[in-house]
Parts: sequence; C-alpha cells; structure tokens
Amino acid sequence: MTSAASDHGAFSSPRARGLLRRRVVSVIMIVLTCVAAALAVVPLVVILAYLFKQGASALSFGFFTHMPKPVGEVGGGMANAILGTLILIGLAAAFGLPIGIGAGLYLAEHRGTRLANLVRFLADVLNGLPSIVMGIFAWQFLVKPFGHFSALAGGAALGAMMIPLVSRTTEEMVRTVPQALREAALALGYPRWRTSLQIVLRTALGGIVTGVLVAVARVAGETAPLLFTAFGNSFWSTNLRQPIAALPLQIFTYAISPYDDWHAQAWAGALVLIGLVLVISVTARFVTRARHGGGHG
Amino acid sequence: MAAAETVPMPDTSAPDAMVAMRCLALNAWFGTTHAVRDVTLDFPAHEVTAIIGPSGCGKSTLLRCLNRMHETVPLARVEGRVLFHGQDIYADGVDPIALRRHVGMVFQRPTPFPTMSIRDNVAAGLRAQPGVKLSAAAQDEVVGRAPREAALWDEVEGRLKESATGISGGQQQRLCIARALATSPHVLLLDEPTAALDPISTQKVEELVYELRKVMSVIIVTHNMQQAARVSDRTVFMLMGEMIEMAPTRKIFTTPTDPRTESYITGRFG
Repeated sequence: MTSAASDHGAFSSPRARGLLRRRVVSVIMIVLTCVAAALAVVPLVVILAYLFKQGASALSFGFFTHMPKPVGEVGGGMANAILGTLILIGLAAAFGLPIGIGAGLYLAEHRGTRLANLVRFLADVLNGLPSIVMGIFAWQFLVKPFGHFSALAGGAALGAMMIPLVSRTTEEMVRTVPQALREAALALGYPRWRTSLQIVLRTALGGIVTGVLVAVARVAGETAPLLFTAFGNSFWSTNLRQPIAALPLQIFTYAISPYDDWHAQAWAGALVLIGLVLVISVTARFVTRARHGGGHG
Repeated sequence: MAAAETVPMPDTSAPDAMVAMRCLALNAWFGTTHAVRDVTLDFPAHEVTAIIGPSGCGKSTLLRCLNRMHETVPLARVEGRVLFHGQDIYADGVDPIALRRHVGMVFQRPTPFPTMSIRDNVAAGLRAQPGVKLSAAAQDEVVGRAPREAALWDEVEGRLKESATGISGGQQQRLCIARALATSPHVLLLDEPTAALDPISTQKVEELVYELRKVMSVIIVTHNMQQAARVSDRTVFMLMGEMIEMAPTRKIFTTPTDPRTESYITGRFG
C-alpha cells in the first residue's frame, strides 16, 4: 500500500492523507488493545506468583495430612479443611446437579413455553444473587430450625449456587444436538423420555460435564455462603449434621489472626485452593477438547 | 403391537395383502398451513412407491403422516385415516411408538447416534423397546443381519465397535437404513435418502431400495425424477398438497394423464 500511495506522488493529496491518518489510528488502536489484553492477565499472573512465593514455604506434605496445631506450636496442616471442602463440593454436586441438569433439559426441550421462559429468567436472577444472601437464606431454613450449623446446610447453599450455572450450560449444550437426531430416535420407536435421556442428553454429555466442572470450580472457593452454614471446624469431622471445616473459611480465620505462622498457613491454604480450582478447570478444558476431537474421529 | 394386528378392512375393494398402507381423505396442517389436502391413495405391498413433486408440495409431510412423525412437530394436526394392515393408525389406543417399529423411517441426512458404536446403532431400535431385555444372542443376530440387508456389512465388518461417526456419509446413511431394518419393519419410509450423498453412494442406496421390496414395502420421497424412474414401481405426483396422479412409474414418465404431471416431468416448473 505504501508504494502504491507514493507512486501517485501523494502524501499531499487528500486521499493519501486520509489513508495515512487511518493507518496511524490503526497502529495506535492495535497497541492499545494489546496493552489492554496484557493488563487483563496481569492480575492473574501477579496473584499466582505472589501466592506461590508466600505459600510455597509453608506448604509441605504435612500440610495435607496434619491437623491444625494450637497457636505457638510449629507445623500442622489443614487436612480437615481440605477434606471438608471436598465433602462440601460433593454435597453441592449432589444437590445442584440433578436439579440443574433436569432444569436445563426442560428448558431446552420445552423452549418457548411460558414456564420455560419464567424458569430461565429466575435462574438468571439466582445466578446474579450475591452469595452472602444465599448463605443467609440457607441459615434461615437449614440452620436455624435445627439449632446447629451443619455440612448439609453448607452443601445446600453451594448446590443452590450451582443450579443456574449447570442449567444454563445444559440448556445450551442440549440445544446444539441436531433436531434430526431426536427425530431419528422417535422414528425408531424411542419414547420421548428415552429420546431425551439416552440420545439427546448423552450426545450433549461432554459439554455438560465441562459446565459442571466450571460450576464446581466456581463454588469451591466460595466463602460467604459457608460463614453461617458450614461454619468451619477446628477438628476432624465427617459428620454431615455437624459444622465442618472448609479451606476458604480456614484461610479467612487464619489470615485475620495475629500470628505469623498462621498467616503463612493461610497463604499455603490459598495456594492449595487455587491449585484445586486450577485442576478442575484444566480437567474441564481437557474434557471439552476430547469431545471436540471425538466428533471428527 | 396393536398396530400390527390385521383386522378386516371396512371400505376396500383390493385384498388386504396387496395394500401396505392406505390413506383415506388424509389432511395435514402445520398451524394454519394446509400441507396435505384430502389425499386418498393405496401404497401397494412389496413395491417401491415414489412420491415426487416440487418443493413444498407436501410429499414429506404425507410421508411423515404414515408413521405419525408429523404430530411430533408443534402445531401439527392430522385428519382422515391411514390404514396399516387394515387398522387405522390414528384410531384411539394405537401407540405411535409401537407403530414406528413396524413402519421404519430414514431421513435426508444421515443421523447415526454419535455416542454409540456402529454395532449399538444397529441394535438401538431393539434396545429402545420398553420392558424388553434384549439377549446377547438376539443382538448378535440383528447385528449380523441388518447391515447385510443394508449392503453395508463388507465395509463395517471389522469395525463394529468403532464410533458411528467415523464412517463416510454414504456408509452412515446405509447404517441408518440398517438401523431401521433391525426391527424388521413391514414398511420403510425414505425421505430423500440420497439428497446428501455422492453419486456412488446414491447408486448403492438405490440398488438397495430395489432389493428391499422383496421383503417389505418401500415408500420413497425424492426430488430427483430420474431416481424415481430408476427405483420405483409406482409413482405419485403431488402438487400444492394434493395428489394429482398415481400410476405405474413407466406410465407416469411416458404417458401421464394429467397435464400438470406432464408439465412437471418435462421440467416446465418445479
């Protein structure tokens, strides 16, 4: 373009001047968007680097296997909190997945009905609900009537947060299943419910698993809904009807304490938590890729 | 199963055995669109009947009324009767799901179930039957039989456990035919089965259709008049939802009775 423009002699001609201006603006905009793109990942990189620097020193094998030690004693770990978080995630999945997937399937297979539109709208509202509100709600109905905090209440609060995420992904994935596949199943003598479960849902399963893992990763780090439901526990407990420890709660407690070695443990806990979320996210990516690869193979 | 029972036909002149399906004053709508208008005709048994006509003439809708697939679309409506072995498939108490195992259907685009192996695709129709536990032996029998009937066996013999999406489009379409044949239907409905296929795959499917009429009745909707001429014994010409003419294929393509049929087959419209 440059040579063509100068061939016509023409930095002075109005057309070439316009061309030059456009190119200058283009370069500026490209630089600006590159900077913005770089800045977007800076927080993640900084957080990861800082977490690693602060947390790695306190992280040891014992961190995963030992219980918290009393203040003043060196060492100890967060075995109870790691287990507690895994239990809470399991409970959340047990509550949230059947409802979320079922709702998503309904939304996709009965799209356009008044009930479907209402449910979709309410699910979006639920998705935007501050997580602390979810915690208060769970406290009101699952803690207060029973007189004590419990793992179940915490799992239910997290599960409720998963529902809109899972139902939305399920709906979107089920919608990508071609109508022709449904017709093929119906024409083969599949009843409608079998068509939905065995053909449509199974075809969409790869995408749904990805969505589920993203939802799990999202609620794994939630603190607010657990504050007055799971409550936290300094002891080893697997009783679902009793308060249970969780990594985010333990991090919170340790971080606001006045003790240096607790601070170090909080950093290590944060590192473990982010590692957990990262593993789940990477698994989700892997599942997605396997699904797309399988489509061509 | 009710749909397969043979009961005496009330208003008929031809013997039962000669007629695979009979439409009586059949009308079908999508919402307010009147897609099939007052069609009365017989589909002869053990013959290939082609339905031709321009786009939107209602030929696919007519086909989809024959296995009650039309009603699975929102706002669809059917009036009139369709007799299958003498019984009205739209009568109260007829289970469309049972009917569809006796009246198989293959669509325009190949629709293998992507999550299943070739083998499982073939057996899918049998497995879908509620309350029936398919024995391994019965399944092996079907997996050995249906792909042979669909002229697919030689190409998939060693790869039955592989994904059904890994074979070519033409093979996928014959897999869909094998899947439809697995339930041993009496009638096979083909809705433009070669529209998405290359010429060689098309030829294979056409040869297959020609063979199938020995064991069942075939009704094929096609855009391609040469195809109708090649594979069918009898041809139905439809226009704007109405059946204009039905005659032996040779007659339709040489001396059609209705001037509209002649205009269409000589390429003056459509």
